[in-house]
This record gives sequence, C-alpha cells and structure tokens, in this order.
Amino acid sequence: MAKQQALLTGTGGQGLILAAIMLAEGAVSAGKNVVQTQSYGPEARGGASKAEVIISEETISYPKVMNPDLVLAMSPEAYKKYGLPLDEEAVLIVDSTFVQEVKPRSKNYFALPVTRLTKAEFGSEQSANVVALGVVGAVSGWLSYEDIRQGVLQRAPKGTAERNLAALELGWRLGLEAKAQAGVSGKAELQNAGKG
Amino acid sequence: MQGNEACAEGALMAGARFFAGYPITPSSEIAELMAEKLPLAGGSFIQMEDEIASMAAVIGASLAGVKALTATSGPGFSLKQENLGYAAATEIPCVVVNVMRGGPSTGLPTSPAQADVMQARWGTHGDHPVIVLSPYSVQECFELAVKSFNFAEEFRVPVILLMDEVIGHLRERVELPDAVEVVDRKKPVVPPDKYYPYENDASMVPAMANFGDGYRHHVTGLIHDITGLPSGKPAVTEKLLGRLNHKLDRYLDRITLYEEVAVEDAELVVFAYGCTARSALEAVNAARGSGLKVGLFRPKTIWPFPVEQLEKLSGKTFLVPEMNCGQLVGEVERVVGRRQVHRLNRFDGELITPDEILLKIQEVMSGVQ
Repeated sequence: MAKQQALLTGTGGQGLILAAIMLAEGAVSAGKNVVQTQSYGPEARGGASKAEVIISEETISYPKVMNPDLVLAMSPEAYKKYGLPLDEEAVLIVDSTFVQEVKPRSKNYFALPVTRLTKAEFGSEQSANVVALGVVGAVSGWLSYEDIRQGVLQRAPKGTAERNLAALELGWRLGLEAKAQAGVSGKAELQNAGKG
Repeated sequence: MQGNEACAEGALMAGARFFAGYPITPSSEIAELMAEKLPLAGGSFIQMEDEIASMAAVIGASLAGVKALTATSGPGFSLKQENLGYAAATEIPCVVVNVMRGGPSTGLPTSPAQADVMQARWGTHGDHPVIVLSPYSVQECFELAVKSFNFAEEFRVPVILLMDEVIGHLRERVELPDAVEVVDRKKPVVPPDKYYPYENDASMVPAMANFGDGYRHHVTGLIHDITGLPSGKPAVTEKLLGRLNHKLDRYLDRITLYEEVAVEDAELVVFAYGCTARSALEAVNAARGSGLKVGLFRPKTIWPFPVEQLEKLSGKTFLVPEMNCGQLVGEVERVVGRRQVHRLNRFDGELITPDEILLKIQEVMSGVQ
C-alpha cells in the first residue's frame, strides 16, 4: 500500500506537534512504519507550526511530507500556506473557529469548529489538538480508534489522560458525523456538530 | 522515539553517568532526558552557566573516572572548542553531541543544516585527533551514541556525535537492545609509584588512572612529557604530537563505519551523510528504478575521513549533496579527484529533497554518457 502523509498545521502553542506524535504512536501501535517531523519558529507560542506524519507499510527514507493526503489547518495562515494549494484528491480539514474564508472545493473538504466545540465542552481550548486528532483519525480512516487511543494514552501529559481521551472521543464523533453528512458530495460544514 | 531521545538512551546504556550542559535548540531534549534519567541511574546532571563551563565540567568528570557528555548546537559548539582542544591534548575521553542547526552565529535556531562538518574536525586550534560520527536514523542515533563512548574510552579522544535538526527531532520506530557492548578505558596495572600518566605501550593509548585514586596525575594543556608535566623540548613535542595525531591510524578499520548501497556496478556514486542521506537513498532507489547505474556511499564516521574506502571507488563519478555551501565535498575531491565530483548544495534551512538529488543525478549522468 502507498504511504499516507498528513500535515497538521496551525500556530505554535496549539499542540499540533503533540497531536502528530500521538498519531505516530498510534501507527506504531498498529504495527506500521511511521516517521514524524516538525518545523516551527523559535517562539514558544505564536508563529507558524507544522507537524508531519508519514505512515507506511514500507521503510520510509525521506522523512518530510511531499504530497500530503490530508491537511489539517487550524489558523488562516496555515490554511493559506498548506490548505489553499492542496490537491482536491487530498483531504482538507479546517478549524472553522479560525479559518473562515476558504476557496471553494468540490470535494474532500471538512470545516468543523474544533476549537469552539472544545471550549464549549471542556471550558477551555486546551484539548483542541486532541479533538482535532480525533477528527483526523475518523475522517482519514487510516488507523483504528483503538490504535489512536493507545497513541493518546502513551503521550498524554501526566494527569491528563482522562481529559484527552474524552477529547479524542469528541473529535472522533465529530469526524464520523462530518463524514456521514458529507456522504457522496464529500464536503461537510458543521456548525453545531458534536453536541449529541 | 525521537533522535535526541535515542541519543540519550544510547549514552546511558554505554555507561554515561555525567552530563553538563547549557540547553540549546535543537539539542535540548537530550539535556531534558538526561536531567530526568541520570539521577535515577546514580549519575549527575548539571546545568552550567554556559557552554565553556559545561565542557570543562565534562572533562573534570571524565578525569575523575566517570563517562561524561554534553550536548549542544552550533553557537554552543563554537564555545566548546577551547576545551575540546584541551580534551584532545590531555587525552581525556568525552562525548560532545552537536545537533546542527543553520549558522553562522545564531543563524536558524529551529532549522536543519550540515554546516559544522569542518568545525567538528578543525574547530579547535592545533593538530589534534578527533572522531566524528554522523547518524542518519533514530536507530543510528542510539547505536552511534554507544559507539561514541566506546571509541572515546578506548582511544582517549573526544568524540563528536554530529547530528542535525532533522535527525534529532525525527520520530520513528527503534529497537533498543537489552544490553550493548561497552568499552571502558584502560586502567594502570602498575603501582602508583611506577605510574606515568602519558607513557604508552604499543597500543599508543596510555592507561588512565582516575584523578584522586592515589596515582600522581598531572594534567596540562601545555605540551607535556610522560609524567604529564610541561616541557617545551623539541623532542618531547615531536613525540607527543606524533603520537596524538597518529594514534588512531592503526584502528582506522574499526573506526571507519560506513554503508554502501549498490555501488559495485554504479557509474555514479552519491556520497551523503546524516539527514541528506535519507533523501539520497530515496533518489538512488528511484534512479535504479529507471535503469540508471547509481549507488550510495554513506559514511557514518566522517572523521577520520574514509579515504581508503573511497579510493576503492575512484574512477566512478561522484555526487555530493550537502546542507551547506560545500564542506565534506572537498575531502571527496581530494581522494577521487576534483573532475570526478559534482556538488549539490542547499542552505535555506529546508531538507534537501529526493527529487532535487534525482534531477542532479539525471543531469550529471546525461553528461557522463
């Protein structure tokens, strides 16, 4: 099988590198080869952040993503840089909390208010990265829920496992709902999803 | 696991029990992990006031008999050079990890480069021996960290584990063994009154007593005789520098680690190390797939330079991709001849891609035929 390449992009501090590490751990737990890299600025918060994951049955030499199969964009800047030029065959997921203006796509497009729903559910934006991971997991279908759950458990900071698992569940549900709504059109824009 | 973590795990398994450093991106995870794990293993971690002091502390710890390391990146590596020379002159085993980022100066803190390759060899003044190893995977970060300590201990030289931001921050699957081969420095077998700290046997490497074990052990960066006391005599100078700079010669077969992929019938050999070798491997495989006779020579030991191994491949055309303005390529040219060698350099802080290398391979080979 060909390799699967994902870019998780946004702003430094959103926790996207950690989400990518969890995704990579999930792939390891599924017995696949995986590499995970990132690029980020010198700032601890703010600045552009890009985390990359490649999953493959075969050995992976070049560790960076060249042609992503999936892009998650959690800031307008990240959307412009990585989402806008994305091929329509690849999946684009945007966090509509931050990314409101998107060039129309005919398919493979999911706009979900990830951060807003996270805040509504947990009272803070803190787990938005893991909610986003859940969306990525459910929409891509690359790994099972159980494998990604293992990835989250292994990498969740001490004392946050419960919260992060709840976040993963919320994201996964949201992803499935979006996928169901997208159906044949392959597009979903959910404003009040994940409440059920 | 991340390259930096694997490096720390390798150091621990090789017996490192002391770390002194001043954290710097993209090497900080090594210090972080050492701070967490060394105390549990009965070792010590010190965050020093700067990189110069870190290197001094590492040398002190090693003199006292403890395997020691520090980890840094470009700006810190520059500061360590003075004491690195001291370690080379006084033959104190130590390991310096340099996770390369873009330079010069503060440069690009979070982006990869391979621009400290010559500095690793010649950064400190004077003729001196040094071993420099360059891993290209997370697994190799572990393995070469172990090798670094074993070489440092056996040959009493500073060993530089020269990583880069891509490999240091790369996460991929590793398999860590339960145990590894560990080499410890040779201790004196004579009683204290018969011990000369810089008297060597045929191995060219003097036995090393722990400072404080009751052996008279004078250590100076000045040229010294077998007692360790300073001497400016030409004969003493020639003897010491001759031994220091040739002590690795008889061990080159073991020190020179490398991998060859499909070089035998290759018309063009890509010479690549570190992160660049990952792109090169993919490019070589693609070139082979399209019927081009291309191979890869990947040095894991970049200093001492693999002269003999490359001599065996002379006559072939070489392509040397590097993430700098052209450093190790000069050595390749020296060995196989300048006309045989093509360069590909990228220094914008982004990893060189397989496509760039493949394109250059095609370009060079269309000229070859």
